Amino acid sequence: MDTAVDIARAVREGRRTARQVVEEALSAIGARDPELHAFNHVMADEARAAADALDGRLARGEDPGPLAGVPVALKDNMCTRGVPTTCSSKILDGWLPPYDATVVERLVGAGAVIVGKTNLDEFAMGSSTENSAFGPTRNPHDPTRVPGGSSGGSAAAVAAGMAPLAIGSDTGGSIRQPAALCGVVGVKPTYGRVSRFGLIAFASSLDQIGPFATTVADAALMFEVIAGHDRRDSTSVQEPAPAVLGTLGRGVEGLRVGIISELMDGVAPDVAARVDQAAQVLTAAGAKVDTASVPAAIYGLTAYYLIAPAEASSNLARYDGVRYGLRVEKEDITETYLATRAAGFGPEVKRRIMLGTYALSAGYYDAYYVKAQKVRTLIIRDFAAAYGDFDVLLSPTAPTTAFPLGEKTGDPLTMYMSDICTIPSNLAGDPAMSVPFGTGDDGLPVGVQVLAPSLQEPLMFRVAAAIEAGAGDA
Amino acid sequence: MSWEMVIGLEVHCELKTETKLFCGCRNMFGDEPNTNICPVCLGLPGSLPVLNRQAVDFAMRIGEALHCEVRRSVFHRKNYFYPDMPKDYQVSQYDEPINVHGWLELPDTSRVGITRAHMEEDTGKTTHVGGGGRIHEAAYSLVDYNRAGVPLVEIVSEPDIRTSDQAKAYVSELRAILVATGASDGKMEEGSMRVDANVSVRPLGGGEFGTRCEIKNLNSLRSLGRAIEYEARRQIDLLESGGTVDQETRHWNEADGRTLSGRSKEEAYDYRYFPEPDLVPLDPDAAWKDEVRGSLPVLPAERRARLAQLAAVEPADTALVVELELDALVEAAVNGGADGRRALNRAGNELAANLTAARTLDPAAFTALLKLEDAGQLTPTQAKEVLGELLEKGGDPAAIAADKGYEAMEAGDLESVVDEVLAAHADEFERFKGGDQKLMGFFVKLVMDATGKKADGKAVSALLRSRAGG
Amino acid sequence: MPERLTRETVAHVARLARLAVTDDELEMFTTQLGAVLDHAADIEKLDTADVPPTAHPLPLENVLRADEVEPSLDRDEVLAQAPSAEDDRFRVPRILGEAP
Repeated sequence: MDTAVDIARAVREGRRTARQVVEEALSAIGARDPELHAFNHVMADEARAAADALDGRLARGEDPGPLAGVPVALKDNMCTRGVPTTCSSKILDGWLPPYDATVVERLVGAGAVIVGKTNLDEFAMGSSTENSAFGPTRNPHDPTRVPGGSSGGSAAAVAAGMAPLAIGSDTGGSIRQPAALCGVVGVKPTYGRVSRFGLIAFASSLDQIGPFATTVADAALMFEVIAGHDRRDSTSVQEPAPAVLGTLGRGVEGLRVGIISELMDGVAPDVAARVDQAAQVLTAAGAKVDTASVPAAIYGLTAYYLIAPAEASSNLARYDGVRYGLRVEKEDITETYLATRAAGFGPEVKRRIMLGTYALSAGYYDAYYVKAQKVRTLIIRDFAAAYGDFDVLLSPTAPTTAFPLGEKTGDPLTMYMSDICTIPSNLAGDPAMSVPFGTGDDGLPVGVQVLAPSLQEPLMFRVAAAIEAGAGDA
Repeated sequence: MSWEMVIGLEVHCELKTETKLFCGCRNMFGDEPNTNICPVCLGLPGSLPVLNRQAVDFAMRIGEALHCEVRRSVFHRKNYFYPDMPKDYQVSQYDEPINVHGWLELPDTSRVGITRAHMEEDTGKTTHVGGGGRIHEAAYSLVDYNRAGVPLVEIVSEPDIRTSDQAKAYVSELRAILVATGASDGKMEEGSMRVDANVSVRPLGGGEFGTRCEIKNLNSLRSLGRAIEYEARRQIDLLESGGTVDQETRHWNEADGRTLSGRSKEEAYDYRYFPEPDLVPLDPDAAWKDEVRGSLPVLPAERRARLAQLAAVEPADTALVVELELDALVEAAVNGGADGRRALNRAGNELAANLTAARTLDPAAFTALLKLEDAGQLTPTQAKEVLGELLEKGGDPAAIAADKGYEAMEAGDLESVVDEVLAAHADEFERFKGGDQKLMGFFVKLVMDATGKKADGKAVSALLRSRAGG
Repeated sequence: MPERLTRETVAHVARLARLAVTDDELEMFTTQLGAVLDHAADIEKLDTADVPPTAHPLPLENVLRADEVEPSLDRDEVLAQAPSAEDDRFRVPRILGEAP
């Protein structure tokens, strides 16, 4: 499919109708999704109706907005009114939200057409989309491999040309890592940039919504639409979305770029090599590249696997069979809770709920949860110190290219290691994005991660655009 | 062995905001079930809380009124499963609450410490179906979430209370303060004010606190008093017979007049408190705190003190008048030259009996009437008659008195009237002399009629008694 | 640092979290959770005595809203999603005790 920028322009200029574009997307979905399973639910009727309505408005001379007619795939952990929203979990199978997430309202308000809800690791817990209760998504570059996770469906949808844009959520890397494994652009904005109202919570102090796209410009376009203060989210940054698209081409002359040494250790050599190459692209474009250090980053994984499950254990308590979703009814309410949650949650979700419950429990709270939040402070401080010497930082996005389905499902800890490069930004709350840059030795996509200080998305996107410009030669 | 009881009270009061604590649903008692719900207060997946400014203002008002330190605070999640909890956690405040270290003064001028007064959200309401509506015999339950998310302030007292009367006085005073601040309407019967009592006993003379039990389901002041008395007795009996008190939650059973063990005897529940990640800290600035402090009305304790000083009585003596909000009238009267005790007396009796009319009584008229009585120009009985007419129709006391032909009787005149009446009813007088007290009323009425009600009733009774030889 | 995770602890935690677990699951979870918690030793040794915990990555305070009524949800739409409803309310099986 064409890029979002091109589609929107074509639709607004009347060279294409929204309906034509949607049919192209639905056709692509029909062709590839049976094999890839990127979608939990395709919204064919709704998408056609929305496209027709848009075309009607265009005919009346109205401007539907910057995403006019652009098909968008939405991760199935964001509420769409009247449309199934499952979090790829049995416990929400069949649930129809009575309201739309803010991100949905903004996308639709900008003229986008939502074509379906994409597959994810159950409740966004995972790095391969193999934890979905409805079966995994396959990597479009090699269907025997994982697309990454937890937003594997959204990444695959864009990578396979089923939609030019998709929306995911990132708590420990769940946008960036699948973006890297699928060879697309994936962005985690600053925490609070995009409203979490309507995003079904995993870990509240870490979750952020962000775009998937095939180009940095497309990602920038979508970012401008979805970011900005929302009064329904108390943790929302109290500013409108910054302009990002317009400054993309400003270049990187004089910028100081640091490659985070701690995150280069322990990743596959072919991945590390791509990061170095991307750095060379920046050097050639006028940036100054050097080695950076964020010492506490090595503790990120441990801190994350205490904080995220703790918050999740509380966020997922509401799935109890009382008001919505699955209920396995027993003699009394307690037995009903026990049976419903046992039947409704998969093993990874149960693991994390129990880990989190334990980390918060009396006698362990200080040693685990509070300690982890202190490590978080150390990571924030180390990033701040690094940003004293550098404008942006660079690292691999994922330690390897896409691994085979089933390779890491036997040992949770091995799977958790997939997030080692992405987790620190979630803990710090700073923005980071993955830009596709060449392939590994196995011919599978590699992503390079650009990290920027809090609220500096314009700078981050600029550097990403510069890397992208040199990626063709990679 | 002599014992003393040690009581601490936890009072939850609903705030009188238009909307709930974290969402814009209506805060309204009695609406059709599940009509005031939204994604936030229903805890639907993806929902997020946003704090109600008016609720914070009310919480600060309560804190200031209870002489608390109002400080930076944070919300915490209190995690447990229960069907009236939409999220299976309650957003509350834990170790950084908004109000701490206050106190409250009772009418008898003793003080009870306030440990804290924090903000939290209310739960939904469950109705138990079958089994007489009681939880243990029910077949199933129905849940209404209208109340879920309503803002509450939980006020925790220090364990300073030592008698059930003091406990009742505390709750009454707290209620009066809450109503005065405008933050809550304090209706125990409607559930907008809920009281739990922590009761323990220890040997008289102080020392370590005994093990306490928490008593719930106290729907009135009377229940509160009875429950405390029962529980203290239960614990004393237990200890005196060599047993120990288990720390537990007990329920007051109004019908049977006893407390019953509520929960199975397990250790304290692990609520796994942690800071609420969906809300940011609350730190009211000095300007806001000053504004709140400045906007508080004069509170009951200060009104009692003020009136007591003015009327030259003890503060405890002004309690009833202040509670009935008749202090302004009495103050006006005393400032206008009337006797303080008499003014308090008339207000606490005659005006209290006709509160609606008392609210529109002209202070000048009230003052003038009292001064007539002070000067002896009206007997107490006459004064009450005039006051009655003032309440009913208004007017000028002197004119009313003149109309009724009132003037106080000379003592000698009274004696001759009494003797005339006794002479006219010799048989009855014999019976009266013989001890038939019921005839006192009969004779008093005759005397009062004969004097055109100008006599002082007390003087009449005294004379009759002396004539009867008593 | 607390001692290694036992089956009893995991069973207690599962109960707190209202998750019924089979014996096999209990065995598996005890091993897996224990392995994750072993890594917690990495951070236990860090000196964080003077380091405050970060609860929020953003330095926001005092986010408040006006006390104004906003539309509520349609009761029928909500109850249509309920596993069991009666009398305009959510119906649940017997609740055996008071709230903890």
